[in-house]
Amino acid sequence: MKRTVPLFITFFVGTLLIVSVFLPPVQSMGENFTLFFDIIAVFAFFLGGGNLVRIHLDKVSRRKKDWGYSLVTLFGFFLVLASGLFKIGNAGGIAASVTASGSWFQTIFERVMNPLSSTMYALLAFYVASASYRAFRAKNREATILLIAAFVILLGRTPFGTMITAWIPDSLSALQVPNMAIWIMSSPNLAGQRAIMIGIGLGVVSMSLRVLLGIERTYLGEDKG
Amino acid sequence: MFGIMAISFSDIGVALTLAAIGGGLVWLTIRSVKGREVPRRLIFAFVFVAVSLPVLFPITFKERMTPTVKAVFDKIESLPPGSRVLMSFDFDPAMAPEVQPMADAYMRHCLSKGHRVVFMSLWATGQALMTTSLDRVVRREFSQKVNGVDYAVIGYKAGNEGVLNVIVTDIRKMFPTDVNTVPLDSLPIFDGVRSCKDFDLVLTTGGGYPGAKEWVLFVGDPGNVPIASGVAAVTAPLLYPYYPRQILGILGGIKGAAEYEHELVNRYPQFADTPAPGLRMMGPQTLAHLVIMAFIIIGNITYFRSRKKEPV
Repeated sequence: MKRTVPLFITFFVGTLLIVSVFLPPVQSMGENFTLFFDIIAVFAFFLGGGNLVRIHLDKVSRRKKDWGYSLVTLFGFFLVLASGLFKIGNAGGIAASVTASGSWFQTIFERVMNPLSSTMYALLAFYVASASYRAFRAKNREATILLIAAFVILLGRTPFGTMITAWIPDSLSALQVPNMAIWIMSSPNLAGQRAIMIGIGLGVVSMSLRVLLGIERTYLGEDKG
Repeated sequence: MFGIMAISFSDIGVALTLAAIGGGLVWLTIRSVKGREVPRRLIFAFVFVAVSLPVLFPITFKERMTPTVKAVFDKIESLPPGSRVLMSFDFDPAMAPEVQPMADAYMRHCLSKGHRVVFMSLWATGQALMTTSLDRVVRREFSQKVNGVDYAVIGYKAGNEGVLNVIVTDIRKMFPTDVNTVPLDSLPIFDGVRSCKDFDLVLTTGGGYPGAKEWVLFVGDPGNVPIASGVAAVTAPLLYPYYPRQILGILGGIKGAAEYEHELVNRYPQFADTPAPGLRMMGPQTLAHLVIMAFIIIGNITYFRSRKKEPV
């Protein structure tokens, strides 16, 4: 029973969503099911938040390694939750958006979340440089092609690329670096991307069919037989 | 006088930056000819100098629109005033330095053309970033524009492509009110708008999931709605399979933003004094790219030198 009911729900909802695309009379049912997904997403937020609090409270109470960081996490979590949920310090009051300019929620986002996230992402530049130094080596023919393509793209994404090939006449404009970069993106890259996407699409269709027909059951959890 | 001083300071800064990086790279090339690897920390130091000095001493370049950017610009230009544009902020602070300049430029362009813009987000973090952009662009530069008439903010809704699947046929099912709980029916901008199909253009800004691809799959294709996007540089190559039929134009990374900002200032001189972060960030990006390319060359020199030394 514990397995049959979820399998039936999956089959019913999945089939209905497919049918709703092809049959206009049941189109609204498909939309309603999508709305249910919205409601489920809200519960997922509760579950996620609850799980975060449980794990970090446990870490703090047991004084596990680096429990101080967990304390900071919990403090930040409850501060943002309170300022968003109760709209504390919201200039427009309870009716205004939680992200109204000047609200505590928005201020915390702009002053803490924004710079921290940007900093983390910016660190990528350092690792990309280091990885490029080690990885882009002309070890064989394929690696050399990749190396040349990387060079053209890197140059093409800067005004320097335009400057160094500006002397090439318009009749040979295909040889200008920015145009070569565009060609790489819109021809070899396009072909590769389409092949990958078609492959992924076929994989998704076959996996979806397996889930709908109850052949694939791993999403239900561990099978204890 | 101050202007002259500022220019000369900047020039000195640029010259120092180029001398420091160039000299350092020559030294590393000589080392690599001797077959010595470059330590990782030294690479980090070079990237730090290449990125930080152009921030302190700005270097700006002239940009020329590439076809993917031009397509978006021309589309917004060609729409008659009063057209409805739906703009989605689907990104987080990590992507914001690349994507938010595009969002700001789109805002300036659409509002100065007299289009009516509705702002929404599929990312929880997008709404807060949208507020930043609204404060910076709409409320400061277009203070005469009226909320609910010239623009509207319907904010974030959870559900990823599920949201798109619904709003392509009925926008009020997902967004019954705007962010300030005002019913959409009472906002003049939504008169005659039932779904995404009633918008003349959808501008997506982002670079992750859900993003431009989901907009194409769930709104652009089924609703026959023109979609243009502005995405982080790492995402742009993934969107080329949809260009130009399903996505009419793509702004990729800071380069795309800089091209758009440059054209916007060219066509609309009133924006000459507005911030242009895309153009400003092209200096650090150009130098960083050149440094990375130099390190690729140095890496190859070291590789071939070490291969020669290896016994056969």
